[in-house]
Amino acid sequence: MSERYLPLLATIAVFSALFITGGLLYNNFLSTLVLGDILADNAFVIIAAIGTTFVILSGGIDLSIGSMIGFVGVVMANLDPLGWHPLASGAAMLAFGLGFGALQGLIIDFCEIQPFIVTLAGLFLLRGSCFMINLDSVPIQHPFVAAFAATSIPLPGGGFLASSAIVMLVALAIAIVIAHFTRFGANIYAIGGDRVSAALMGVPMRRTTVAIYALGGFYSALGGVIYALYTSSGYPLAGTGNELTAIASVVLGGTVLTGGVGMVAGTLFGGMILGLIATLINFNGSLNGAWIMISGGVLLFLFIVMQRSLLSSFRLRGVA
Amino acid sequence: MTPGSNVETKTAALRPRANTETAALPQRLHGLRALAGHRAIWPLLALALILAVDGAISPGFFNVRIVEGRLFGNLIDILYRAMPTAVVALGMAVVIGTKGIDLSVGSVIAIVGAVITWRIHSGDPHLVVLMAALAVGVLCGLWNGFLVAVLDIQPIIATLILMVSGRGIGLMINLLYGGTNPSFTSPLLQGLSVGHIGLVPTRIILGAAIFGALWLLIRRTALGLFLESVGGNAAAADLAGINARLIKYAAYIICGFCAAWAGVVLAADTHTSDPVSIGLYIELDAILAVVIGGGSLSGGRIYLGMTVLGALIIQALTTSILTSGLPPEYNLVVKAFVVIVVLLLQSDNLRAALSKGFTGRKR
Amino acid sequence: MLGVSKAFPGVRALDCVDFRVQAGEVHALMGENGAGKSTLIKIMTGAVRRDEGEIRIDGRPVEINSPGEARALGVGTVYQEVNLIPTMSVTRNLTLGRQPRRFGLISWRTARSLARERLKRLRIDIDVERPLGSFSLAVQQLVAIARALEDDTRVLVLDEPTASLDADEAELLFQIVRDLKGRGIAIVFITHFLDQVYKIADRISVLRNGRLVGEGATAELPRLKLISLMLGRELEETEERLEALPHGAKGEPILRAEGLGRRRVMAPFDLTLRPGEVVGLAGLLGSGRTEVAKLIFGAIRPDSGRIEVGGARIASHSPGQSLRHGMAFCPEDRKAEGIFAELSVRENIVLGLQTKRGWLSRLSYSEQERLAQEMIEALGIATPDADKPVGQLSGGNQQKVVLARSLVSGPSILILDEPTRGIDVGAHAEIVTLIRKLCAEGLALLVASSELDELIAVSDRIAVLRDRRMIGEIGSGDVTRETIIRTIAGARS
Repeated sequence: MSERYLPLLATIAVFSALFITGGLLYNNFLSTLVLGDILADNAFVIIAAIGTTFVILSGGIDLSIGSMIGFVGVVMANLDPLGWHPLASGAAMLAFGLGFGALQGLIIDFCEIQPFIVTLAGLFLLRGSCFMINLDSVPIQHPFVAAFAATSIPLPGGGFLASSAIVMLVALAIAIVIAHFTRFGANIYAIGGDRVSAALMGVPMRRTTVAIYALGGFYSALGGVIYALYTSSGYPLAGTGNELTAIASVVLGGTVLTGGVGMVAGTLFGGMILGLIATLINFNGSLNGAWIMISGGVLLFLFIVMQRSLLSSFRLRGVA
Repeated sequence: MTPGSNVETKTAALRPRANTETAALPQRLHGLRALAGHRAIWPLLALALILAVDGAISPGFFNVRIVEGRLFGNLIDILYRAMPTAVVALGMAVVIGTKGIDLSVGSVIAIVGAVITWRIHSGDPHLVVLMAALAVGVLCGLWNGFLVAVLDIQPIIATLILMVSGRGIGLMINLLYGGTNPSFTSPLLQGLSVGHIGLVPTRIILGAAIFGALWLLIRRTALGLFLESVGGNAAAADLAGINARLIKYAAYIICGFCAAWAGVVLAADTHTSDPVSIGLYIELDAILAVVIGGGSLSGGRIYLGMTVLGALIIQALTTSILTSGLPPEYNLVVKAFVVIVVLLLQSDNLRAALSKGFTGRKR
Repeated sequence: MLGVSKAFPGVRALDCVDFRVQAGEVHALMGENGAGKSTLIKIMTGAVRRDEGEIRIDGRPVEINSPGEARALGVGTVYQEVNLIPTMSVTRNLTLGRQPRRFGLISWRTARSLARERLKRLRIDIDVERPLGSFSLAVQQLVAIARALEDDTRVLVLDEPTASLDADEAELLFQIVRDLKGRGIAIVFITHFLDQVYKIADRISVLRNGRLVGEGATAELPRLKLISLMLGRELEETEERLEALPHGAKGEPILRAEGLGRRRVMAPFDLTLRPGEVVGLAGLLGSGRTEVAKLIFGAIRPDSGRIEVGGARIASHSPGQSLRHGMAFCPEDRKAEGIFAELSVRENIVLGLQTKRGWLSRLSYSEQERLAQEMIEALGIATPDADKPVGQLSGGNQQKVVLARSLVSGPSILILDEPTRGIDVGAHAEIVTLIRKLCAEGLALLVASSELDELIAVSDRIAVLRDRRMIGEIGSGDVTRETIIRTIAGARS
């Protein structure tokens, strides 16, 4: 039992260690206020990263995440003056994300083109569409946005769980159910663990692949909706680089990039680690953004080496 | 070792058997099929198509004039702007040939830009600065090579590490002499990047030289064969006596070296160090260029010339959009479409499904 | 299965094969590599479609077009490579695709007890939550068997189940097999281990070159007959009687291996080769033929013993080292270890010489052309031109290309592992002639082969292998089928 949870525990340990370090370095750091802020600020990326976790668990990759976030926001911002309620345009975007992801999955499986390339084209397509619609940031003025931003659940200790964080946690719960309590989820782990064996064991490859990317697209779109509501605007450059953040969150969360091993819950903590590092560095006025990138790289390196040694110990024991 | 006539007749008897797969096709379609299957055909057609459309939309597209002693024109512009991507793509093609990938090239460029600025500010002779910049590329290649060849980490993950941290390293180097986005002046480096030798922009000559050097290295020595063998079938390469570890090191070092050159050109172009945005997304363009040029991400073949062609196609698209009057925002979308179409056409499955539709024959 | 045939491009894998198995019977399916065993099983289990013939269950003809259909008809399969997911827990592996559900969601508690149930029936009690890969291969195999045994399984196919098991683990497996027999399940047991066949099988079918060459009750099939069925004479179209090789000049050994071995792979052995001499490696599948060849070539790093070539000791053994000392190797599995599919015929061939010369001194294009042409003619490689990607050639021609590569470096020692596998009869003779000519010129040759006739035709001496040990050597003059078979079947070590 414990072996499977080891990477997750490691991630939580790192997160806690960082959080405590922050508490040692700065006053008032160890509070639910800070925690709530990190959750709220990073909710949108973590949502997208949760969707990416499914894709990576199956041994694939999705580079179109960030562009989807931008695209969703831009479309919503343009539907706003037309009278669309943000929930309606949001729902439409979720459907779009689902369909777009499914299309990517179909191309990947049927044409046998690598996911990296297909989703790269998806990245260009979506980002380009953003620019074609508008070049500048466009506000979303529907009163729902303000109401959404104002909604929050107070936490003990003075902090708040913002609406975006609430949505993220709900999305996470659903993802956990899908990953661990449905046949579909079990199939994802199987495909990622050993593609050939999974096919021999009767996993429906095409259907599952399409569904995986569709799910990833759905979550990316959801992340985009949250971001649009959070910033109350549609910005064509939104989400740039977020695919990288998402992938890093997934890896830091204990999921192996080759697939088959990992947990969706880990992605939450992986994303929080990245958010925490950014917060820590912002608290300290003198350090600049460079430290975020470097520490991200160092953490990735350590996690990857740890994952490798875990995996090879699996294989070694198997050849007893 | 001359076989007797006995063996020759046997050889002749054996030959027909090799063609059983193609025997079923009607003869007139066979030639077309072979042509369609050749990877090079689609990129060439794509480039020709793009240029043709350009010529149709903008009369005078192909005009090349001489102004102030140098060549000007859209065609020159394409070559000029494509150069950094093309050079990076060449290095990427080598790495992809070994079944690897290098996502860190953009970050390498950022580091190189920062190092150049730093060393110039420290007063080093500019030729030494150039050498240092190239050495940085080689070092990054060594790092990536170490992770892949020795620690046996998957290339996409291994190079992700430098990709994530590299720009941060560049920013740190910037701090070494204080200031953000500091600029520099360097006749040597700027000459390489934006100057011209005779009629031709220097960087085009530089690019051609790098291409030539790589071509010599890969095709005039056995290195290319060894690289492709390691990428094609690692187990067989080992049995054939190839030192796969050294070969992979070589691949990543070459890639880092190419990225360094691109870094020199790009940094000197803006003559500042901007680690955050320099060479942004260049790795994606480079990978696309390799794939359009016929390279497969699963290794086995290095198409140097075709990769340059791929980079030219990507740049030609951008230039076409500019000159056509379409707003530049259309750039990415058009790029995406062309890439998708080229890839779909290269996919055997899709071609098979389409041809089934065309000929109406049962497989 | 009646009259089943299957052809792949260039080779007829199965030719009108009949195969019958009764309920409650253990039927062993035997044959060397390339005999058609795996193809027959793939047809039986739906991984491959048959060309001709029919399959009947309980007398009714059925169609099996996918693993799912085989499963639905009651045919459970356990593949040689286990083919489960090592990163997932035992429970998950056992229940994949069939997890018990409550209100639409998987109930893992039920799944776990189901898993334990199934495993208990196979007499194992393990922590079903641990990842499958953390267990020994023996346990993994039992899990695979448990998965293959649904409640309605009628036929269980076990593909080389004991290949990676030690004696105790194999014994455990046999007990389970006997249990299943008692439950009325028909068991198809593919193996190459003679002793085990005699221990557990009721009937034996032997395939050879795609045909059924023997079938009968175990009790009526003595060891010698079985071995000769498996290694026996193939039907030749050309009745060339191959004369015994004239013994060329020998002299000092050019290769000397002493105590060379590797734990778990091959027990330490000695071997010498003299110039112009041909030494054959004979033994059944799994006896270690390939392992001896690879240990000598350095493809498998030895952890004991020493090797000398031309009097010089090779310190850290590797293929590169061997090549530089004048050795060359032609592997058995051309697809996995031999060919570079995207590279041209020419490139595949000249690679053999190029690695010896190093990366700097590249062979010029004209030299490459010349070498490639020479080889194409000498071996009769059927290709319209030397620039065709090797992946497009037929299997037999691919094998010839790999052979050409090993010859092109002008080696003084050549190691061949199943050199004529997949090469049709007509080319057999060509290659044999070529090899003889080379030996007359001083080449020392080590040949591992499952084709006894081929070995006998060319070898001066034969080293006999069995269960990963070298158990004897048959010297010149004694090389006959009878002596070899008797040595293999000989006293248990």
